Amino acid sequence: MLVVLFGVSVVVFVVARAIPADPVGAILGGNAPLDVVEDMTRRLGLDKPLFDQFVDFITGAARGDLGVSIKSNRPVIKDIAEFFPATLELAIVAALISVLLGVPLGIFSAVHRNKLIDHFCRVFSILGVSMPVFWTGLLLLILFYYHLGWLPGSGRVDIFTVVPPRVTGLLLMDSLLAGDFGAFKDALLHIILPAVVLGYSSTASIARIMRSSMLDVLRQDFIRTARAKGIGRKLVIYRHALRNALIPVVTIIGLTFGGLLEGAVLTETIFGWPGLGRYIVNSLLLLDYPAIMGGTLFVAVVYSLVNLVVDIVYAALDPRMRV
Amino acid sequence: METEGSNIVVSRRNLMLEDWKHTLYLWRQNKLAMIGTVIIVFFIAIAVFAPLIAPYDPVKVDLSQALLSPSFEHIFGTDQFGRDIFSRVIYGARIEVGIILLVTVISGAIGIAVGITAGYFGGVIDEILMRITDIFLAFPNLILAMALSAMLGRGVFNAIIAISLVGWTVIARLSRAEAMKIKSLPYIEAIRALGAGNLRILLLHILPMCMSPVLVQLSLRMGSIILTAAGLGFLGLGAQPPTPEWGAIVSDGRSYLVDQWWISTFPGLFIALVVLGFNLLGDGIRDIMDPRIRR
Repeated sequence: MLVVLFGVSVVVFVVARAIPADPVGAILGGNAPLDVVEDMTRRLGLDKPLFDQFVDFITGAARGDLGVSIKSNRPVIKDIAEFFPATLELAIVAALISVLLGVPLGIFSAVHRNKLIDHFCRVFSILGVSMPVFWTGLLLLILFYYHLGWLPGSGRVDIFTVVPPRVTGLLLMDSLLAGDFGAFKDALLHIILPAVVLGYSSTASIARIMRSSMLDVLRQDFIRTARAKGIGRKLVIYRHALRNALIPVVTIIGLTFGGLLEGAVLTETIFGWPGLGRYIVNSLLLLDYPAIMGGTLFVAVVYSLVNLVVDIVYAALDPRMRV
Repeated sequence: METEGSNIVVSRRNLMLEDWKHTLYLWRQNKLAMIGTVIIVFFIAIAVFAPLIAPYDPVKVDLSQALLSPSFEHIFGTDQFGRDIFSRVIYGARIEVGIILLVTVISGAIGIAVGITAGYFGGVIDEILMRITDIFLAFPNLILAMALSAMLGRGVFNAIIAISLVGWTVIARLSRAEAMKIKSLPYIEAIRALGAGNLRILLLHILPMCMSPVLVQLSLRMGSIILTAAGLGFLGLGAQPPTPEWGAIVSDGRSYLVDQWWISTFPGLFIALVVLGFNLLGDGIRDIMDPRIRR
């Protein structure tokens, strides 16, 4: 894990430094006097050899110091702390939606295997992963925001809503903690569209695993025994089969969560969601390289951690995985 | 049973033929896979015959025709520069096919090379190559692809390289596992006893045996390649205007979405359809390959 993290920071550093950017010019503008430019170069540490810069970056990152963003002129780590909860909140709600959609779809598919319901459920879930999120997002915005006016179009809350005091950074949580139901409702309305778009896009993998794992379980002897003992069909499906079939689904949910961090990049761009994905896109477009390095490194660390947790949970749930 | 004596060669061929027939049968039975196949055949036909289908030049600017709504002359309407959306979408199919082919070839080549080398030699080489793979796997795909294409400079070709550099890891893991399985088989030992060198064994005896699972995996990933490329194009980090890449066209129409919905809607619809085709087929392939469902 540590070796991989070190490698990750090497990749991040190389990629960011290879981006053709002129950070000093970006801060000072094109016409700055030469000695000011030199002074700034020295202060940013850009006059040192690349290797020393890399050592600075690594030691800084280990201490949680990711440098100062060129655009916002604030420490990158502060920016991340501000933007990441929004992404986390979006990913959690989206994961919830994809589970609520994917698990029933998978069960229906398996129970009615090769019938019309099965085909419908499969096409419905595959459609989700096939439609580009940015396109679905735009169309839904047009429909629900512009034409129907039912849902707000961008951001996490209305400008006039008083944001509850920040505890977790997750607005839904914070507003509940503060007992502010107006803010809660507002935040909920804002999160619906992006979360549905994002969640629908990862429904297919959950539905697929749920279906095949359910088919697998339904074929086993203990199910036949249970049926033979005269237990009703529904009870067998939901009591006996579902419980066993859910194990592989748990891992997929974890992996999906990692994928949601990725999908968030596009969703956040469409919905003006002030999260980490949009932060990284903006810094890439503006060539704000400390922000690019910090943001990418952070996402990679979170992504690896999620995958690690998934592995551990899987081992804990499925005794066959233990070696 | 006729699997005796000199019949053995013939009957084995018959068995393989039977297996193929069964596969074909399963594939025909699988309605969703058939639909997927039809969509993809259409998609490829559009790409091949684009100049015959498209009525206008996809990049020619004609401001007198700007922002026309769909009509008989322009069935998908025109964009802010008077370019015919239908023609752009049709020519876009060529770009998408090119992206898919190049990404598949490049990422497949890197993945197989890394994978079979690691799997065959094992030990330190395996350790090093797999750690490198892990490093690339630690990034979410799209984010690494974004950073790489920003590094390489925007453009279709650089986007292709970026997506390939992100996508090889899965192939590497798969072909490593295959190579590890194959290298302990007796026939490899026999070839080595005959004096074959490592390179010869790798290229002529291990590589061909790895191909079929790798090819299946590569075909399963084609849909997501389009989505990633379109995502990059949409963010402005992939294909640049006036290249008629579908994601880039959707992005073109973003600021006109409210009144000129057709600019973004049609290319997006094509992305959705083609990716749906690939995913339906991929789902079908997985069902057909699944030994539990197969018989």
